[in-house]
Amino acid sequence: MDGVYLSIVLAPLVGALVAGLWGRQIGRRGAQSVTILGVGIAFGLSVWVFWAHVFGGAPVYNETVYTWLVSDGIRFEIGFLVDNLTALMMLVVTFVSLMVHIYTIGYMRDDPGYQRFFSYISLFTFAMLMLVMANNFLQLFFGWEAVGLVSYLLIGFWHQRPSAVHANLKAFIVNRVGDFGFILGIAALVLYTGTLDYAATFAQVEGLREAQVPLWAGYETSLLTLACILLFIGAMGKSAQVPLHVWLPDSMEGPTPISALIHAATMVTAGIFMVARLSPLFEASPTTLSVILIIGALSAFFMGLLGLVQHDIKRVVAFSTLSQLGYMTVALGASAYAAGLFHLMTHAFFKALLFLAAGSVIIAMHHEQDMRRMGGLWRVMPITYVTALIGALALIGFPGMSGFFSKDAIIEAVALSTLPGAGFAYVLILAGVFVTALYTFRMIFMVFHQPPGTRSTSSADDHHAQLASHDHTHDHHHAQPELRTPDAERVLRAPSHTPHESPPVVTIPLILLAIPSVLAGLVVGPLLFGDFFDGVLTVDPARDVLAQLGESYSGIGGFILHGLMMPPVWLALSGVALAWLLYLHRPHWPGVIAARLRWVQAVLLRQYGFDAFNAKVLAGGSVALGRLLWRVGDRTVIDGWLVNGSARSIGALAQRIRRLQSGYLYHYAFAMILGLLIFGLMLW
Amino acid sequence: MFAEWPLLTLVMWTPLVGAVLVALVGDAFPQGARRLALACAVLTLAWCIPLVVHFDPHSAALQFVEQVVWIAPLGIHYALGVDGISLPLIVLTSLINVLVIIAAWEAVKQQVAHYLAAFLALAGLMNGVFAAQDAILFYVLFEAMLIPMFLIIGIWGGPNRIYATLKFFLYTFLGSVLMLIALIYLYTQAGSFALTDLHAVPLGMTAQILIFLAFFGAFAVKIPMWPVHTWLPDAHVEAPTGGSVVLAAIMLKIGGYGFLRFSLPITPDAAAALDWLMITFSLVAIVYIGFVALAQQDMKKLIAYSSIAHMGFVTLGTFIIFMIYYGSHSAALPTALDSSAPLPQGAVLALSGAMVQMISHGLISAALFFCVGALYSRLHSRQINDYGGVVQTMPWFAALFVLFAMANAGLPGTSGFVGELLVILASFKAHPLIAVLAATTLILGAAYSLWLIKRVVFGPIVAPRVAELHDLSAREAWVLGLLAALVLLLGLWPAPLLHMMHTTLEHLLAHVAVSKLL
Repeated sequence: MDGVYLSIVLAPLVGALVAGLWGRQIGRRGAQSVTILGVGIAFGLSVWVFWAHVFGGAPVYNETVYTWLVSDGIRFEIGFLVDNLTALMMLVVTFVSLMVHIYTIGYMRDDPGYQRFFSYISLFTFAMLMLVMANNFLQLFFGWEAVGLVSYLLIGFWHQRPSAVHANLKAFIVNRVGDFGFILGIAALVLYTGTLDYAATFAQVEGLREAQVPLWAGYETSLLTLACILLFIGAMGKSAQVPLHVWLPDSMEGPTPISALIHAATMVTAGIFMVARLSPLFEASPTTLSVILIIGALSAFFMGLLGLVQHDIKRVVAFSTLSQLGYMTVALGASAYAAGLFHLMTHAFFKALLFLAAGSVIIAMHHEQDMRRMGGLWRVMPITYVTALIGALALIGFPGMSGFFSKDAIIEAVALSTLPGAGFAYVLILAGVFVTALYTFRMIFMVFHQPPGTRSTSSADDHHAQLASHDHTHDHHHAQPELRTPDAERVLRAPSHTPHESPPVVTIPLILLAIPSVLAGLVVGPLLFGDFFDGVLTVDPARDVLAQLGESYSGIGGFILHGLMMPPVWLALSGVALAWLLYLHRPHWPGVIAARLRWVQAVLLRQYGFDAFNAKVLAGGSVALGRLLWRVGDRTVIDGWLVNGSARSIGALAQRIRRLQSGYLYHYAFAMILGLLIFGLMLW
Repeated sequence: MFAEWPLLTLVMWTPLVGAVLVALVGDAFPQGARRLALACAVLTLAWCIPLVVHFDPHSAALQFVEQVVWIAPLGIHYALGVDGISLPLIVLTSLINVLVIIAAWEAVKQQVAHYLAAFLALAGLMNGVFAAQDAILFYVLFEAMLIPMFLIIGIWGGPNRIYATLKFFLYTFLGSVLMLIALIYLYTQAGSFALTDLHAVPLGMTAQILIFLAFFGAFAVKIPMWPVHTWLPDAHVEAPTGGSVVLAAIMLKIGGYGFLRFSLPITPDAAAALDWLMITFSLVAIVYIGFVALAQQDMKKLIAYSSIAHMGFVTLGTFIIFMIYYGSHSAALPTALDSSAPLPQGAVLALSGAMVQMISHGLISAALFFCVGALYSRLHSRQINDYGGVVQTMPWFAALFVLFAMANAGLPGTSGFVGELLVILASFKAHPLIAVLAATTLILGAAYSLWLIKRVVFGPIVAPRVAELHDLSAREAWVLGLLAALVLLLGLWPAPLLHMMHTTLEHLLAHVAVSKLL
């Protein structure tokens, strides 16, 4: 099997290197072929691996590939752990990646950076596979930062655009704040366990329960809680949980295919994957679980609300991603790891689908992203419409769709959880269901159904042009025509200006993603209540909410019937109804409501002020502090007083000493005699 | 067959003799001078191959030892030898020397022969510093090394070079004079200048503290540690590209090397008693200097400050070992090691991290200064604001610059990550809060490195002159490409380097963990 696993990770890497280093020589066709071939191989082999592990009963693979270094008796290694969780993640990652590769042929058709783009997304696939296949913390961190690097490169793909290079810097630094916690979490564990290996670490959990770490004089804290909270800070950065979520909305500056692949389906779920992978550790720290519950619930609800006021179609989907990541996080906090992973999988399908559908709309609208300028598209782009509708229904948890099963499982699991904070989380995620349906169908109705031109961009409900600071791509297109992006140039060269359905390289991935968006929920039984994750996830029996749920589980039909009697479905449907009322039936109402609740709208458009705070206080403050330390500390005190000051005082001293050399013989004679006298006295 | 040759003499004297020959060829034949200089540099690097091949990493003893009496009445020897600490630094020096000479091929126009001769001399002296096993030989080379650097900055430097050279010279000279006094005192105690004898001689606490402070004067200025660091940004700004490269890549490492070779083994009790001070200075360097780097407008100053912050990891890794072994209260060292209770894990990690950080920073800072040099030779400006959108006219340069900036920010997979990881892991063992402060480099390092990239490489082209830039020449591409390959190799597989120095570091730690008090 070694060769198979190595091929899975190396095939995309080779594709990326060839397309990146020799892109000019092999041309567009060459670059697209070599990377798609690489990812195709990875996908094919991943299917085989999945089959072998899940149905073929292949044993768990846990082997070292090579030793990175050995020091102090600690082995730092690169190695693979392949079990059912890994196999599932490999399947999801390579499948979505393959779809995005194919889609890119259409989406980036006329971009001058075509080869570079393919190189980056293949490199991303490699890094993400290394992350999910890691069998130790070192490689996890490697993959973790490598996906961050590719994300940085792709957000700033259109590097002439000031907003894009602002967004990628922001994304990297916010992620680094998370990684700061992550590496400290690893450090906390390693020096107590003496190993970086997952299995060896888990084996020592019992012995670490009582371990204490001194924080400062006389104050100690539990090692495991400290380590888990630090590790979770890493997850918060990567999976964009409040307050480290600020980079994700801005990441929409990147081309749409990567929004689907990296900022919806795969990379941002790395934090969820990490916590699930380390469940034996997190289970040993109920405090951390409570923290996770609360952070996740806050993200799920409050980030969803922000989707209600966005006009940029990609940003609506982005805030929806933030909110759904919150749901996954809540599941982890409730110890329902399997439910979190299940939602991760279904979300990967339907959210990648929604992003790619949004991209298809954006191409059709000639790179218009403002939903108020859209409308009535369902007639002209039927495939995009149907697939987007499927994605939307899955997202709101319409009974029978994949999202229904995964989201319902999370909500029920949280309802059963007895951890502190579970009640609070339950209320928020329940309310979140309504919000999700509202913003999702607001988008569907505005894009596909409203009569075109119903809403002018200067209507009453629009103050975001003044409020939202800087980061709307279309603003730049209009404000600075000389900075036209390659994207915009393509628009100008496009033959016609009437929207039409996208080419097959775009629609086929949509269709292929729509299928699992509908059907993936059917595996709910084995995944949540069966033995799929046996030996992978550890749950304290006292908190095993999924096992409690499983007792009443009686097949798909029963699950759906049960769901129909619970509040989430009805909340979702009423959200859809309200969206219909506000955006189709009475389209002037949103303006009226916004005018009445101006302060609410202002708060939402400013995204609760996180961006302003970060820009002014953290970023601005850091630079100001740097300047202060440099001017005062380095230049005035050290250089001015100490270095040049001592030079000056030596100079002044020399001025005085120079007077000793008076030229009078008797001065010298006197000095000589005095010196001899002192010397004589010393000898005596 | 080479194992029997006086390899260390060769790596030291090949460039020194070469320097004389190149100077003799003179500026009348610049092309001949360049070729000869390159040949000498490559030959020096070639001598390193048998050194590495025949080096026994499982032995902590000095290897390739050469010893000849130099000044008999004072017992001063011409004594050379290497162990796992000095060998990697010699290889690094010889390698950087080759790159500097290649990079100077077209960039330096005036007095080429003398410029190249100065660099060859510098390389020979620095190789000698790392190989010297006699305190006076070390001292002489340590001081002599200042002369070519003084000339390089003073002759080929920028407009404010006189202030910078004086500051550089006085700062470092003042420190090393103190070291000479300490060495003479040590001679009176040990009756020898051989480093191994100095390592063994027992000393009282007062003497140790004073000697430690004298060494601190020499090495803390060199590396440089906060608060004696302000000469470095000025020297870098005024130095020509090659000068900055050698200064950052090698000369700073002599400070770190000195701490490992002199301060720790000769005065372990003083080091243990004053470790809180050294740790504080290191953390200030990492955090304070990180913020200062953020505020810089001049690319070279920014990289210079980033160097100081990175050297903070070297000193942190070096002096945290006592806290890992004996807890936070600068405890007295035991008189003997208790073999029944093994010392806790972490100290080897810390020292290994410090060493790897030195080698890695040698590669990365050299690459960054070469990058700035490539820009400077085209636009004659180091101001960040004069650039923007460079990627559009220099895509290959931009790719490499981004890679080196990422390496500077400690991205895993590059060499910059290895040392920082090991030191952060080890310092958590000493105290979690030290690790917290050290780990801020993840954020600060990324912030100043990538903000630099954002302003120089990305964005729209504002300055018309940027629109006319041409990408790297073949020669520049070779230099940066080779460094990129090494940065990645060391980041992806640091095991061989760690293996080379592991035994030496364990031996050093066993020596340092025991009291030397009278």
